[in-house]
Amino acid sequence: MKNFTSKHSKKNNQATITRRNFLNTGMAAATFSLATGVTLMAYASNNDKVSGKTSRWGLLIDVNKCKSDCNDCVKACSNENGWELSEENSKTDAQWIRKIDLKEMASGREISLPLMCQHCESPPCVDVCPTGASFKRSDGIVLVDKHICIGCRYCMMACPFKARSFIHEKVPESQKKSGSPRGKGVVESCTMCVHLVDEGGTPACAIACTQTGNEAILFGDLYDPNSEISIRLATYQSSALRDDLQLNPSIRYQNF
Amino acid sequence: MEKIKYSELRSTPKLWSLLFILALFIGAAALTVLYIEHNGHIVTGMNNQIVWGVPHVFAIFLIVAASGALNVSSIGSVFGKQGYKPVARLSSLLAMALLMGGLAVLVLDLGRLDRLIIAMTTYNFKSIFAWNVLLYTGFLGVVAIYLYAQMARGVPSFALKTAGMFAFLWRLALTTGTGSIFGWLVARQAYDAAIMAPMFIAMSFSFGLAMFILVMIGTCIMTGRRYGTELRTRQARLLGLFVGVVLYFTLIKHLSNLYVNEHIEFEKFILLNGGIYTLLFWVGQVFLGGIVPLFLLFHPKLDRKRNLVLLAALLVVLGGLAQLYVIIIGGQAYPLEIFPGYEVSSSFYDGVINSYIPTSLEFILGIGGVALALTITIIGMKILRIMPTNLSDDNVDINQE
Repeated sequence: MKNFTSKHSKKNNQATITRRNFLNTGMAAATFSLATGVTLMAYASNNDKVSGKTSRWGLLIDVNKCKSDCNDCVKACSNENGWELSEENSKTDAQWIRKIDLKEMASGREISLPLMCQHCESPPCVDVCPTGASFKRSDGIVLVDKHICIGCRYCMMACPFKARSFIHEKVPESQKKSGSPRGKGVVESCTMCVHLVDEGGTPACAIACTQTGNEAILFGDLYDPNSEISIRLATYQSSALRDDLQLNPSIRYQNF
Repeated sequence: MEKIKYSELRSTPKLWSLLFILALFIGAAALTVLYIEHNGHIVTGMNNQIVWGVPHVFAIFLIVAASGALNVSSIGSVFGKQGYKPVARLSSLLAMALLMGGLAVLVLDLGRLDRLIIAMTTYNFKSIFAWNVLLYTGFLGVVAIYLYAQMARGVPSFALKTAGMFAFLWRLALTTGTGSIFGWLVARQAYDAAIMAPMFIAMSFSFGLAMFILVMIGTCIMTGRRYGTELRTRQARLLGLFVGVVLYFTLIKHLSNLYVNEHIEFEKFILLNGGIYTLLFWVGQVFLGGIVPLFLLFHPKLDRKRNLVLLAALLVVLGGLAQLYVIIIGGQAYPLEIFPGYEVSSSFYDGVINSYIPTSLEFILGIGGVALALTITIIGMKILRIMPTNLSDDNVDINQE
């Protein structure tokens, strides 16, 4: 499992290789019957070309282009990954991405921006996780391994961005999507649509934002000097949230 | 002065009635766990803003008190105070029992209780939580050996002292680890302070001794065994000292925060306008859990009478629970400062004080942990020779080094 961090043991590697061999035997029916999460991990780990060490996936969010009355990135994430926000359970429902309305106290300037897992280079959630369920791939995407998360919620205490949600009740079938395994009693957050990215795609929020014409969210490879995101970052000033913590997140904000 | 003799507790209707009542609490907690496990945490008051609630207050209280309860043993065998030796066995037993009660609550609140084996076999050694799993289970082993050394015949004194020293150092590490669960959280205004670890050690001294005094006096009342005034007075004075140290650390923590501009709003929240948290801080922790016990324990005319010491210890315990409620839940109620200098609003309760209304389920679970700890202690005293038959002043030379 090359795309996992070194925190994953040799034992885990062996388990994955077995899984991979298992998949390679062509036992499609058996594969289908496996937990969705296992299948997702197998996809992700097989695609070394995309998730290799030479890439670091990130988002650049231009705050000036983000409209306060637009919520399309949130809707797209919800559709893609299955989570839904209800009015009656707004305190316990998961939110992988949310729109934040801000008013600068000194100047009165009003802005709006989306906030999700910042996919930090030094993620506090990964540091504190007792079992290693919170982990960072070598391409910078921070995920929760739903198979070994015990639901202690220490990562939620540690995240400076309140980016994680605990699943407080049984997940209805309608809220389960093939790309994002979900289940009661574990923690989840933005996966940067890893299932799409590993197939060469783009996260749903970025696609939706482009479709609105606002083009506030730009996805790309931060390690590729020729990518549009790298060129924009090299040309214009941008900032990271909670920069004081020096977590070096993959999500950057322009004009903020 | 006769030789100190230890004996098992006798089977009396009082003892069995007490065990029956405790079993009811444990049973209620077990049913609660099944109910939460089946329905998910949505049936509790905890949510995505307040992720740790009342069960964690009880769990951490018990864990912190566990390491403190061992101090009585340590004073006897590590610091050589002979007068404390007769009660050292109870101290070790209570330390193990409190830890088991606290761990039970902590574990039973997990989102995936069925994956407990993963927590015990898969470690991320950068996590203080993972270290604590080892520190807690190791503590049980180390104290079990220590208790064996205290009880077995013919154990040389240097071996007992070595075991005692090892257990003492282990308990310091354990409480440091527990305090660091919060002290190492960089994200939140309420935590991220190195003082948390030593403050938790001070809290453990205080809460642990209070629990020890409650169990000691309670057992003596129930069984009619004698508990001399001298020993009680000594322990009461020590409790008063520890209560003072906790107040000192609390003062320094808040003064340090008040000096740093970025923490002032949080301090205003806890100290002035935090509603239940402000009330629990001033009335629960500082007044009832601090000043009143100090008054009861040190006023020259009150003479540290048995019932006053009992009341003081009870108040220290309640004050401790209030303190942990303020630290754990108050710390989460205050919003994360993701955007300093901005007014913030969102669908995820950014920028607002988070509300938390604990349900009775959470209290039942927490109290179940206390009941479990007491049950283990009583059963331990019932089947092992833990309690001295006579702790009267004539029989215990408290001043002997």
